[in-house]
Amino acid sequence: MPTADTQACYHCGLPVPDEVDLTVDIEGEPRPMCCMGCQAVATAIVENGLEQYYHHRTEKARAPEDLVPEALRDLQVYDNETLQRSFVHVRDDDVREAALMLEGIVCAACVWLSERHVGALDGVLAFHVNYSTHRAQVTWDNSRIRLSDILKAITEIGYHAHPFDPSRQEALQKKERNRALRRIGIAGVGTMQVMMMAVALYLGEYQGMDEGIRNLLRWASMIVTIPVIGYAGQAFFQSAWRDLRQRRLGMDVPVSLAIGLAFLASAWATWSGTGHVYFDSVTMFIFFLLIGRTLEMTARHKAGQVAEELVKLMPATAHRLTADGVESVAVAELAVGDRLVVKPGEVIPADGVIVEGRSSINEALLTGESLPRLKQVGEQVIGGTINSESPLTIEVDRIGQDTVLAGISRLLERAHAEKPRVAELANRVAGWFVAGLLLVAAAVFAYWYLHRPEDALWITLSVLVITCPCALSLATPVALTAATGSLTARGVLTTRGHALETLARATDMIFDKTGTLTHGRLRVTGVTRLADLDEAWLRRLAAGLEGFSEHPVAEALKAGVEAPLVLEVVEAETGRGVTGRFDGEFYRLGSLDHLRAWHPGLEPVEAEGSTIYLGSRERPLAAFHLADEPRREAASVVRALAAQGVTVHLLSGDNREAVAAIAGRLGIEQWAAEQLPQDKLDYLRRLQSQGRVVAMVGDGVNDAPVLAGAQVSIAMGKGAQLAQASADMVLLGDDLTVLPFSVEMARRTLKIIRQNIGWAIGYNLTALPLAAAGYIQPWMAAIGMSGSSLFVVLNALRLKEKR
Amino acid sequence: MEILYILIPLAVILAAVAIAAFVLSVRSGQYDDLDGAAHRILMDDDDPMIPNRRPAKPDGKTSKKD
Repeated sequence: MPTADTQACYHCGLPVPDEVDLTVDIEGEPRPMCCMGCQAVATAIVENGLEQYYHHRTEKARAPEDLVPEALRDLQVYDNETLQRSFVHVRDDDVREAALMLEGIVCAACVWLSERHVGALDGVLAFHVNYSTHRAQVTWDNSRIRLSDILKAITEIGYHAHPFDPSRQEALQKKERNRALRRIGIAGVGTMQVMMMAVALYLGEYQGMDEGIRNLLRWASMIVTIPVIGYAGQAFFQSAWRDLRQRRLGMDVPVSLAIGLAFLASAWATWSGTGHVYFDSVTMFIFFLLIGRTLEMTARHKAGQVAEELVKLMPATAHRLTADGVESVAVAELAVGDRLVVKPGEVIPADGVIVEGRSSINEALLTGESLPRLKQVGEQVIGGTINSESPLTIEVDRIGQDTVLAGISRLLERAHAEKPRVAELANRVAGWFVAGLLLVAAAVFAYWYLHRPEDALWITLSVLVITCPCALSLATPVALTAATGSLTARGVLTTRGHALETLARATDMIFDKTGTLTHGRLRVTGVTRLADLDEAWLRRLAAGLEGFSEHPVAEALKAGVEAPLVLEVVEAETGRGVTGRFDGEFYRLGSLDHLRAWHPGLEPVEAEGSTIYLGSRERPLAAFHLADEPRREAASVVRALAAQGVTVHLLSGDNREAVAAIAGRLGIEQWAAEQLPQDKLDYLRRLQSQGRVVAMVGDGVNDAPVLAGAQVSIAMGKGAQLAQASADMVLLGDDLTVLPFSVEMARRTLKIIRQNIGWAIGYNLTALPLAAAGYIQPWMAAIGMSGSSLFVVLNALRLKEKR
Repeated sequence: MEILYILIPLAVILAAVAIAAFVLSVRSGQYDDLDGAAHRILMDDDDPMIPNRRPAKPDGKTSKKD
């Protein structure tokens, strides 16, 4: 039996409403459940012997949506053969494979649970969930089970699965990643072997070594090096060749030259049994450089997932109105002019105009603003937004590539395409550096060839090895990796290589308001009593009236009220308010207009934010003031950033008063209200044209173009997933104080990078003349080079946080 | 030291085997999800085998799960 205190639902963690008395026996004890949905899911989990899920999970599950039979019927669309053709891979006649996008995966236990549950179904041959991407790969025997049954089983345990077609780009990325891994593996194993033999060879130089053994070691080293240079090192040769064909000198040109020359010279030495071998240097170069390249590539791929995420916002099926009723169709089959029914809680499948009905639409994903907007007949709705209140009929007017969502996606892609220009510049500068190196090496070779031809090759190699931009090219990535690690430990994810470097130089930081500086949800900030009644009772009454609404205003009124009054809701008018009966008396809660229908003389109560009124039939009772509260740490973060010399700006789509109030409270002098995404972008461009380096902090898809336009973008982890994917950095936690820390860390990183580059260049400049003069043997050059690289790495490790 | 004439070629062959094994493991998708496995190891299913933690379920469903 539930006690008087509010209990938390054992499954999803939400408070159990007082009038609800649902339990499920889990591990021998009755556990409270908040709704039928949770009860159904928990029962399914227990009945399938998967109770351990509750042991292992680290996060509470998401509250499932009620299992309406219609929703289950929708799943049957996926059995349609024509529709399946777009995402199902037929392996054998009956054996089929599909990729599924899983929603609701919050921790590793979810992966365990779904794999267990689905894997046990008869006819499912394999079901594997990828924890990092939340995607599942399912293989099933179509003669024994249908896809809709698999999807239904997933729904049963509280997750949502959508089939999707992994785009060609994604398949390419996977191939690229696997190739990089193979290369690293081969180079790694090869390096270990060659190093082992190199130690023996070095020692042999001093202590003397049997000629036969020496040759054996050399030949073995060469055999191991061949696949390393031929397969793993291919990446450098290919890219150097590409650069050369475009008449440019990239970093890969001297790398390839050094690797190639060192290998050829060593091979010749092995063949003729003279001189020195440098197989260890060759394999080590390749191994270390490949690791750096692969880390870079991973970051790049992460950033490229944006378009993929956008597709996810769109549902896969829609309800089309036809002459004989409603049919479920795939969204891809929709045409302009179709009439669709959108039920409450559903995502609108395409852009269109409302032809029937009136409801509030949650556009949070597109506008970042948390309040749903009331829309009625004749108004435009956007695909990807959520219908939150009552059923709507819409007429489709744009589909596919013409939709607003697709447009935003294109904007994003363009913004991404614009970015690498800075990288191009760096490449050109590096080109000159490399050209200088090659000229010096050529001159050295020419000089020694004229004077002592037998030494010319070794000395040139020393020069190439010692000037090998190894320390130089490690200088930046190693420092970035170390700093990224420290930041990740504090809940800041860096998704782009340039992010830290740019953040360190940032002069301005632009904040979005809703969900960034504020919590993004309304709170009751004050109650003005209009009649002499107990405030606590008034709040319980208001909470009771809003009992069944999920609207943010209702959530705010219900939050923190322990025992809402149980009453009968007589009437609920979308966007205006509710009327209910308690103890024989009628009460009304809603906007000023709504209350004025009863009390025409009611004067508005002035307050910051929005106000909701409560009254009985006889008299107005109270006014509730709601505002989106700034985060507790917001003011101190703004001060800390100012102390670091960063100018803080606030841009919001919200109205003037609300933004002014927040800016005033947080001490932000630069602010602008009622900003559309385009305005925000213009504001940003204006700052940039003044030569300022702008960091943008925000969430929501509407911010995505702005985020992409800023030199460095930071997204709130709680925000729309899309914004995270396109951002350079993501705050995983819900705490802004990491921002000043990140700036501090970025600046330290930049300092370390400068030290490293200074060291690498200084070392090269000292060693170069010595090598050119023939004082340095290639093995000394290799040790010097390694030592210099080691110095760079150790220096970078100072960025790791001490615990 | 003549043993080296056998040991070193052997080392090279072993390296080749290691590389082949690695390439196979990449091809079979073992590196596709680098985080999941780390968590999955914690989800061991040995609870029913530990006497004190045997879930108290009367219908006998707990004895063996596989």
